[in-house]
Amino acid sequence: MDNLVILCFAVINSIALLALISLGLAVIFGMMRVINFAHGEFIMLGGYATVIANHCGLNLWLSMLVVAPMFVALIGAVAERLIVRRLYGHLVTTMLATWGLSLFLIGAVTAIFGNTTMGVSAPLGNIPIGAYSIGAYQLFLIGITALLVVSALLALHWTKYGLIARAAMQNSEMAATLGINCDRVYAATFIIGAAISGLAGALLAPISGVLPHMGAAYVARAFVTVISGGGALITGFLSAATILGPVEALLSYFATPVLGQASLLLLAVIILRLFPTGVSSLWIGGR
Amino acid sequence: MSKVPILAARGLVKRFGGVAAVDGVDLVVDAGEIRCLIGPNGAGKSTLFKCLTHQHQPTSGHVLFEGRDLQGLATHRIARLGIAIKNQIPSIYANLDVRENIRLAGLRRWLGKRQLNRVVELTLDEIGFDERLASQPAATLSHAHRQWCELGMLLASSPRIALLDEPTAGMTREEMLKTVDVIKRLNASATVIVVEHDLEFIARLAQRVTVLHRGKVLVEDTMDKIEANEIVRDIYLGRKKEAAHAEG
Amino acid sequence: MVRQVKQAFFPVALVLFAALGPFILEPFDLVNLSAFSAMAIAALGLAFVWGTLGILNLGHCTFFGLGAYAYAIAVSNLGDSTLAALIGIALAVAFSLVLGYFLFFSRLGDVYLGVITLCVTLIFYSFMTSTADPSFHIGPVPLGGFNGITAVPSLNMPGDPQAFLSTEATFSICLLSLAGAYVLLSLLRSSDAGRIMTAIRESELRSELLGYDIRFYKLVGFAVSAAMAGLGGALYTAVMGYVSPNVFDLSQASQFVLWVIAGGLGAFVGPVVASFGFQLLSSQLGANQVFNTELIFGATIILFVMLAPQGLQPMLLGLSSLKFPHRFGILRRKEKPA
Repeated sequence: MDNLVILCFAVINSIALLALISLGLAVIFGMMRVINFAHGEFIMLGGYATVIANHCGLNLWLSMLVVAPMFVALIGAVAERLIVRRLYGHLVTTMLATWGLSLFLIGAVTAIFGNTTMGVSAPLGNIPIGAYSIGAYQLFLIGITALLVVSALLALHWTKYGLIARAAMQNSEMAATLGINCDRVYAATFIIGAAISGLAGALLAPISGVLPHMGAAYVARAFVTVISGGGALITGFLSAATILGPVEALLSYFATPVLGQASLLLLAVIILRLFPTGVSSLWIGGR
Repeated sequence: MSKVPILAARGLVKRFGGVAAVDGVDLVVDAGEIRCLIGPNGAGKSTLFKCLTHQHQPTSGHVLFEGRDLQGLATHRIARLGIAIKNQIPSIYANLDVRENIRLAGLRRWLGKRQLNRVVELTLDEIGFDERLASQPAATLSHAHRQWCELGMLLASSPRIALLDEPTAGMTREEMLKTVDVIKRLNASATVIVVEHDLEFIARLAQRVTVLHRGKVLVEDTMDKIEANEIVRDIYLGRKKEAAHAEG
Repeated sequence: MVRQVKQAFFPVALVLFAALGPFILEPFDLVNLSAFSAMAIAALGLAFVWGTLGILNLGHCTFFGLGAYAYAIAVSNLGDSTLAALIGIALAVAFSLVLGYFLFFSRLGDVYLGVITLCVTLIFYSFMTSTADPSFHIGPVPLGGFNGITAVPSLNMPGDPQAFLSTEATFSICLLSLAGAYVLLSLLRSSDAGRIMTAIRESELRSELLGYDIRFYKLVGFAVSAAMAGLGGALYTAVMGYVSPNVFDLSQASQFVLWVIAGGLGAFVGPVVASFGFQLLSSQLGANQVFNTELIFGATIILFVMLAPQGLQPMLLGLSSLKFPHRFGILRRKEKPA
């Protein structure tokens, strides 16, 4: 019984983790069709911002929920202005440029803080379940992920910005004739995506610690989740996370974490073989 | 002796959402023909074209090439049957020179090197390209020359049947006349199906004309009779009157 | 005729260098240059598959790493290095066929292709780092987790595992292999099959409409590039004497891509020269923490992509002859969303 609860928790946790690390990427990809290769480094920067702010004496929650997203949003704004904006429409080129950015950020952080792990301790203690215990912080993560996803959905479908964003996403030329400044919409999207990635990094910092190369641990899973989700902005990646998460969790639990990750990729490749534009092509058509 | 038509469509339907762009088309084209498909804007010409070439999967119905169903065949397999396709948007190798473009079209015939070169030079001659044009990258050609380059590729691939979607779109009258010549050369060895709405072009080219209206075949006859047909005139000229009204 | 002489210049220079190098260079330099050549062979594979066929394989190092590990394991088990290198190539090719089947038969767009191939290599990285436990072994060879496989035997005379080749001979073999790879790929590119591959890069739709099975040509090209990478990986391991999971990591993956971008997409000489240049640079930087390789290479990638998307070779050639066919550049090709 306890076993089952723990396993269920692991599955939900895995889905939430996938959703958390890919939401920022999904926002940028869904809107701009751009795969941001520096996504992992945005996560990494969010983690560093949290740890540094906390070490400087700032309250942990404040560092995580305010400082980190704002800092990474700033980095995102600079990157958008200097790199991404100049390459709109050239998808492959953008991808390569953001890859360069990814390496550059790793290098810069290594140069400043060295190639060592830093960390903050996880708050909130443990909740015992029979012979086992789960971290209350993990529950908090699941909760805040759900909150993020739901608010992203609501923002997209119920706010004026969401409407403008969806218009720009569906048909940028049409939107432009209606007086929407697509460049600004794209810039805002990129910055919001960066902020979400930064927040994800901040939330993960207490669990995993921070390291210049930590992004690599997340990007593969985030990429796979987002591209097997396909075109639909939130529902796509969410359904992909729901399919992939349990598989990864169960295989990690019964076999090894590496096998879990490998199965994630294998499953994604099979999904793309069946639906080359992602699972969401099932309900939005093969756009 | 019953002849198997080179291309036949049976009950072809293509729906986009609730709209049937092609709504039950039956079509029989005999070997050696030049057949034109005409119709006003929105009649479903281009959709029918895409269905005939199986670039769009028809919602229902079949396309038969010499009695063989094209259902489920990959694009390159369809091409290998001897079906050459020229879409409305020119599709050429923009960064390769014209000669290379033509050569690549002939390459699939597995000729000897010498013979292939002869086919390439002959084709360049047939589309009227001199040495200067032949060694230009296709991207630097004028619009009409691009269309001819693509027709040359079709010629060099020596198809059984060639399907052309609006080959004279955006051409001047002289250019259109030259295109007529090129298509007639194509017709010397292949059946040709052309989607067009330039009536002079069709009159110079076609033996039989199929008129489409609202996704259905309205009438099929020789060009003389089509031009005299009241309903066809209503559709074409009536529309033009309405449009003139609206603009005026 | 002039063109053939021009084309032959580069491989002839490599062969001359292979013959003369041992007399003029220190052993330390010979080892370094052997390793650089091994990397350059793999880079040629990517230059071919990306530049000629337009396949954006960001995980080219997967095949390099597979060749490297396969060589390390096979040579320790079997003794004969020639056979081990062949096994390295075969494994890389076999994996490329399986992966390529899924990628090309799903008709994935460039962006998806790049992402998936990169993810594949990252998974290999995770897997190889998790093999520290002694239970992960093949024959007597432990996979060694993060440390990888050490003390890998170097090249020996074919059929005689005891007769190890000297540093000088290994150097010559690596450079000759590079020259051979260059000649082979150049011949392939100018053959009919190569022209069709170029055509597929230019327009997939037109190629299909002409009756070419683009999936087949892509799979073949992918396998050829994997073979090059596998050979490069095997030689690299033989020269260095060890292999670690780092052959699969992001920075390794980025190296190959950087060299091809910098050398010029569609070119062969450029990527080889660029690979030597950047490897020299990174060996000079060494373990410098402030000006680390990632910082500098990352900035270089950004600069090249933004300012000189055609790379150096076509840019230099383009100055002398304006008719260079790759002038239009496929990197900047505007395309539909994946």
